[in-house]
Amino acid sequence: MQEYSALSLFKNAFTSHKKWQPAWRKATPKKVYDAIIIGGGGHGLATGYYLAKNHGIKNVAVLERGWIGGGNTGRNTTVIRSNYFYPESVALYDLALRLYEGLSKELNYNVMLSQRGMLIGAHTPMQMEICQRIANAMQLNGVDGELMGAEEARERVPLYNSNEDARYELMGGIWQGRAGVARHDAVAWGYARAASDMGVDIVEGCEVYDIIMKNGRITGVETNLGSIQTENIGIAAAGATPSLTQMVGVDLPIHTYALQAFVSEPVKPCLDTVILALGTGTYVSQSDKGELVFGGGLDRVPTHGQKGNLPVQEEVISGLLEMFPAFGQLKLLRQWGGVVDVVPDSSPVIGPVGPDGLFINCGWGTGGFKAIPAGGWLLAHLLATGEHHEISRPFDLCRFAEGRLIDEAAGSGIAH
Amino acid sequence: MQHFPCPFCGVRDETEFHFVVEAGKPRPEPAKDVSDDQWATYLHLGKAHRGKAKEIWLHQTCGLYFLMNRNTVTREIISSEYLPEAEE
Ligand SMILES: Cc1cc2nc3c(=O)[nH]c(=O)nc-3n(C[C@H](O)[C@H](O)[C@H](O)COP(=O)(O)OP(=O)(O)OC[C@H]3O[C@@H](n4cnc5c(N)ncnc54)[C@H](O)[C@@H]3O)c2cc1C
Ligand SMILES: [Zn+2]
Repeated sequence: MQEYSALSLFKNAFTSHKKWQPAWRKATPKKVYDAIIIGGGGHGLATGYYLAKNHGIKNVAVLERGWIGGGNTGRNTTVIRSNYFYPESVALYDLALRLYEGLSKELNYNVMLSQRGMLIGAHTPMQMEICQRIANAMQLNGVDGELMGAEEARERVPLYNSNEDARYELMGGIWQGRAGVARHDAVAWGYARAASDMGVDIVEGCEVYDIIMKNGRITGVETNLGSIQTENIGIAAAGATPSLTQMVGVDLPIHTYALQAFVSEPVKPCLDTVILALGTGTYVSQSDKGELVFGGGLDRVPTHGQKGNLPVQEEVISGLLEMFPAFGQLKLLRQWGGVVDVVPDSSPVIGPVGPDGLFINCGWGTGGFKAIPAGGWLLAHLLATGEHHEISRPFDLCRFAEGRLIDEAAGSGIAH
Repeated sequence: MQHFPCPFCGVRDETEFHFVVEAGKPRPEPAKDVSDDQWATYLHLGKAHRGKAKEIWLHQTCGLYFLMNRNTVTREIISSEYLPEAEE
């Protein structure tokens, strides 16, 4: 693998940057693999990487029907945080955050993690009480999180509407200093490059049509590039996961909805944290290019179409303008939607399902970008050992029959 | 903005409607014979159909629960009709 450094950048300048190697090999599928991962989003690619790195299993393919990162991994608003409510969730998301903190170095690929902090802003005394409760839970769970008062919050986000007639006056909220954003494509490409370097085949343009099993055990997959044998499959296909598990007769607690993102024209630096207002449901950050990147809640109609709908656009944009009237001057540059896999308790589903050798990692819904390193780590563990890691065990599908839901929508009160 | 047809009110804005559940999931009875797995299946598991789907929707403004056939990829509405019980 070609090392990326200031020196290599300098050297390649002499050849007008025309001699860079492709970051990952274009692979054509072999006949047999020790493990196959369906879905080349962040979770699938990270799974390939950790299978090779943590478990020495390198005869692995990641099959992606489109191009890697073309699903939600390349469509999200890149907010990373671990301020959840339940201990199970904090263990999961903080594992991800800790791995993110060392990721650029580990992958020799700059994922542009920017820990600029995140404020979840309250505008009523009741919301402040909820924030207090979550901040307490975070501290009990051992992650950085604190209650922030009105004055400090307004100093952090000076453009926030503090007029007398402001509908959503900022009373303070929960602050997590380690939260922030990262570059979504870089996460996908960095994992792909490092995995490919260790021998993992990244196969783009390869759609899985069918999952084959025999005597209760996985034996392979059928794809547009032919049939491939394997005894172990990990599915990390977000909204497409239910249709894949239905091939072996397994239904999942997943509904698919569109989630939208919006980007404004670029402006000079004016917002140096991530902020979500509980009152409007809109959240926003500023990208390195200067664009405001923002989003809000789910579209209301279950769908598999990767596009957004107008009523939610109106809600999100009006929310943003209540928070930052000054942003009303900006033009909207782009808007798009991704199909997210929503679970009743807003927590992922990780673990074995159906025939022996089949494992899933899905249900991240509106908030799985922040979890990519952990999702990959845990699915790799399942594929390599056949057993749960202690962090993934609570997220097994059996929690629905056991009535042991991890209800983060109710717990942390935040959809993302 | 998408428009949905309520069998009683006619075509209305999507914001008046609420998705309830995929159709064809009878509640398992009698309760004493229902295992945890069967109950979880009824309560939580589904198909998340890609393409043609048959679903129960609520028109919140008039309170009618009804059946809608639609395509979840193209957003085409194929038909909407009263639930069998609501016919008379
Ligand atoms: C608008 C928007 C904003 C978001 N904002 C945030 C945020 O700020 N923070 C955050 O943490 N999360 C956010 N998310 C959620 C996050 O993007 C997802 O949870 C995460 O990217 C899921 O990653 P994944 O690898 O599981 O899925 P994906 O990246 O969707 O990858 C799944 C892949 O599987 C492939 N696939 C599907 N079926 C098949 C098949 N049959 N054969 C082969 N390949 C197949 C798909 O093509 C796709 O590339 C947001 C999502 C959206 C849509
Ligand atoms: Zn009606």
